[in-house]
Amino acid sequence: MPEQVLVLIGTKKGVFIAQSDATRSSWELRGPFCETWPMQHVIGDPATGTIYGAAGNEWFGPAVWKSTDLGESWSHSSEGLAYEAGQEPIKAVWSLAARNGRLYAGVQPAGLFFSDDAGQSWTHMEGLQKHPTRPDWEPGGAGLILHSLVPDHADPDRIWIGISSAGVFFTGDGGKTWEPRNKGTRADFMPEGQNYPEFGQCVHCLVQAPGEPDLLYQQNHCGMYRSADAGKTWESIEAGLPSSFGFPAAVHPRDPSTLYLLPLNGDIHGRFVPDAKAAVWRTRDGGKNWQDMREGLPQKNAFFGVLRQAMAADRMEPAGVYFGTSGGALFASNNEGDSWSCIAEHLPSISSVETMVVAR
Amino acid sequence: MPSDAPPNTAPVIVKLSPLLVDLFPGSTRRVEMQADSVMAMVRELDRRWPGMGDRICDSRPAIRKHMNIFVDGERASLETILPPGSEVFVLTAISGG
Repeated sequence: MPEQVLVLIGTKKGVFIAQSDATRSSWELRGPFCETWPMQHVIGDPATGTIYGAAGNEWFGPAVWKSTDLGESWSHSSEGLAYEAGQEPIKAVWSLAARNGRLYAGVQPAGLFFSDDAGQSWTHMEGLQKHPTRPDWEPGGAGLILHSLVPDHADPDRIWIGISSAGVFFTGDGGKTWEPRNKGTRADFMPEGQNYPEFGQCVHCLVQAPGEPDLLYQQNHCGMYRSADAGKTWESIEAGLPSSFGFPAAVHPRDPSTLYLLPLNGDIHGRFVPDAKAAVWRTRDGGKNWQDMREGLPQKNAFFGVLRQAMAADRMEPAGVYFGTSGGALFASNNEGDSWSCIAEHLPSISSVETMVVAR
Repeated sequence: MPSDAPPNTAPVIVKLSPLLVDLFPGSTRRVEMQADSVMAMVRELDRRWPGMGDRICDSRPAIRKHMNIFVDGERASLETILPPGSEVFVLTAISGG
């Protein structure tokens, strides 16, 4: 049966879906969906074909939206998606991940929930909130958000998360206990001599390499990193890149040594693509060497950024790579990043980009 | 002196924001119910349309920051008493960007 590639786009004003056949040379756009709720992260569960949207609405609070018919109709729920009475309420859902029949949700203020009934009801994984460092977690610019959510593909008890700006945490026991995993990542915003704390780093995006469960990559507020030991130690891979600042990171669907980054010009210079020229940077050797890919991307007057969840690859051969901008443009490559085209523009500001391949 | 008049059991009239009604298929802009407080009213709305309570109130619990409830023209809290026959508006405040 022919395959269709869906690019799931979370924006400040609802969900959009771009769809193409396997060639990924011509795209159709649908949306906006979900009553134009602000969407932080939209994912597809390849096991079921269900689309989920992580949302937080200024009027109506947090919810996870869901479509079982590829976006034609939607429902929403926040049953159980709450802290105890008296605590600061959940403002928004920020991240989603589906693994082994379970759906995970990261929220603001930072906490982790799971659902075993496809997002209808939620249970708080309280272990994270009970971590002894919790009173000292400081919010980043977007709030105290759990934005990176990486359940291990193989072992359901292993989960990594990234919180701005508490850093990376890991559980090996299904969420009962957690430990910080930030050794080797910098906190340049701390006083001199205190730049390598146990926690408090401003992680921006955390991803797991395919086929190598202990190989992780991280885009941080202060540098780009690689870990070959499940996050116990991190090494810098920023040499050769135009800056140490950026938000998203995307792994290749099959090659653990290929990583895509989109460095920006720094945290105090507008957070635009450097020199107002857009480029995705690709490594084929785990971060030792980098290649800037610009063909088809704007090389003049490009004053946009790309947020932490707004770049992804698909699982096709060759892999497609996609990113969405703060200015509402969606760029796509159907050849592993070698060349690019703009497949949607004038959308609301894009928060997230993910892909799902379905048979139709 | 005890009154011979029957107790006033006039229903509360609840008028919901169209944005809220859009989120719950089958819900209506105008709702009649028996409820003696705003909290009881929210519970009854949630019973009729599961999940609606979470859209109006947060987990503190309190009325959400950008939601407003007016009872007979006065801004209300969850504790506000609803006299029989009250008119209640559940509105979205000015918000967004």
